[in-house]
Amino acid sequence: MGEKVLMKGNEAIGEAAIRANCKCFFGYPITPQTELAAYMSRKMPKIGRVFLQAESEIAAINMVYGAAGSGVRSMTSSSSPGISLKSEGISYIAGAELPCVICNIVRGGPGLGSIQPAQSDYFMATKAGGHGDFSMPVLAPASIQEMVDLIQDAFDIADEYRTPCMIMGDGMLGQMMEPVEFKERKPKEPSKDSWAANGLNGRKTHNIINSLYLQSELLEEHNIKLQQKYAAIKEKEVRYELYKCDRENDLIIVAYGTTSRICKNVIKEAEKDGINLGLIRPITLWPFPFEAFEKTVNKTKHGYLSVEMSCGQMVYDVKLAANGRCPVDFYGRTGGMIPEPNDIYSKVKEIIGGAK
Amino acid sequence: MAVVFKKPDALLDVPTHYCPGCTHGIIHRLVAEVIDELGILDKTIGVAPVGCSVLAYNYFACDMFEAAHGRAPAVATGIKRSNPDKVVFTYQGDGDLAAIGTAEIVHAATRGEHITTIFVNNCIYGMTGGQMAPTTLPGQVTETTPYGRDTKLAGFPIRVSEMLSTLTGACYIERVSVDTVPNVIKAKKAIKKAFQAQLDGKGFSLIEVLSICPTNWGLSPKESFKWLRDNMIPYYELGVKKDTTDKEA
Repeated sequence: MGEKVLMKGNEAIGEAAIRANCKCFFGYPITPQTELAAYMSRKMPKIGRVFLQAESEIAAINMVYGAAGSGVRSMTSSSSPGISLKSEGISYIAGAELPCVICNIVRGGPGLGSIQPAQSDYFMATKAGGHGDFSMPVLAPASIQEMVDLIQDAFDIADEYRTPCMIMGDGMLGQMMEPVEFKERKPKEPSKDSWAANGLNGRKTHNIINSLYLQSELLEEHNIKLQQKYAAIKEKEVRYELYKCDRENDLIIVAYGTTSRICKNVIKEAEKDGINLGLIRPITLWPFPFEAFEKTVNKTKHGYLSVEMSCGQMVYDVKLAANGRCPVDFYGRTGGMIPEPNDIYSKVKEIIGGAK
Repeated sequence: MAVVFKKPDALLDVPTHYCPGCTHGIIHRLVAEVIDELGILDKTIGVAPVGCSVLAYNYFACDMFEAAHGRAPAVATGIKRSNPDKVVFTYQGDGDLAAIGTAEIVHAATRGEHITTIFVNNCIYGMTGGQMAPTTLPGQVTETTPYGRDTKLAGFPIRVSEMLSTLTGACYIERVSVDTVPNVIKAKKAIKKAFQAQLDGKGFSLIEVLSICPTNWGLSPKESFKWLRDNMIPYYELGVKKDTTDKEA
């Protein structure tokens, strides 16, 4: 067991990545994730690894493409506007089936938006990470400890499935400090020699890192292969937390990241008033934990309430999960505003009306 | 019987998609001969661009990457930084390198990345059917400059080699042409020197190769070479633009 240390979220991500054997970090400054790049610039050269500040987020993700394509564990990070720029590269990485980790410490948008915490990149992360037919695993921690644990998982998932994997935290998680323990874990790193373009070294045929398939038949075949991989990820990698869902609830809240912690406080407050609330906390935003809804759909009197720091993005997945079997409501704040427990509670009472 | 001429080992024995008369074939061959002569096929990694040479990854025998449009220098940076003992080159056209990829090439050069860029300049976007490139000459007719490039509207062509020569991180930059046999021989010498500079850890090297595009210029190969000599060479002067390879790395 490692000892507990007090760390800022962004720096903890960096330390976790180093312990997960990340060999290359390509960064670019943007608030509120810059401390991560700064941490890597201090640590990586001292242990013989690569830190490079790129000329843009676009260059940084393409450097990841190069390093990951030559078989080396690599990572980049940014915040919302920078992730928009990286989306081209993410699509190429998905198409070429390269493993890497991308960290998005989300801030308010659209446009330059704000530098305060938000969850308004849910659509971009889970539905539109870039052009074309692909998906990528998106892990959403709710604490710095969980963020540290998930970074190591993210590298392992990326390697196992040869896919980009995103860690999505909001600006709050990046900026706040919490005690964190780095657990001793051995990274699962499969051999990449069969596909990595790292020099022939006596190999008979050359390896090519590529996402171009000019023949439609071949691209369709490739995309179907990607879909089979995504099906395997959906089957094996779904993660979520059920909180107080093993009882008959008046309403079940669905929330992830920082928002889920606020909602837990609401649930405790409501209990004092005799109102039973549950919480589904998706940890993988993609694949979305539909199974959590199958387990709970008959145990909620008034359906689900999606609480987000956005104008309502995850709520569409909640509606898909409910599939018309119960009501689905939404409460959100946007632009860097954080939902207040009292306001969430008011929304809860509005929904359940005179039920209690 | 003694073999006097054969395909370089660094080129695969496959048909290419290049148009008749195109000089990509010559330039591919020169790069491949240099890789053979330096004995670095086993440790060379190439990066193909978007444009006419997009499929170069099918032709070179070394390990290859296909990069997004303009991003080859960033991809090459990622490869080289994580594999410093390998030889990494990018092969890029003028649309790829001098328009959408300007930031990537400038910063790879100024960082002094230990990579080599083969920059093929034919004054036009070939793959998409002959539109204006950043290198299109004043007055030159293309699909998107049907009345000739008007510098009042479309500005002036970029002299990439001269621009990059101002950067300290660049150690060897030369502009060559493949329009005549003597120029082909000079081009090969330049390419070899650029790769050698990388092997010696001297910094970033780039060879700009003036090339023809008979298909999109609407000229025969022979007329194209004349057009290159009459129009391109006066604007894009041949020669060594920067050479600091004799200095300590």
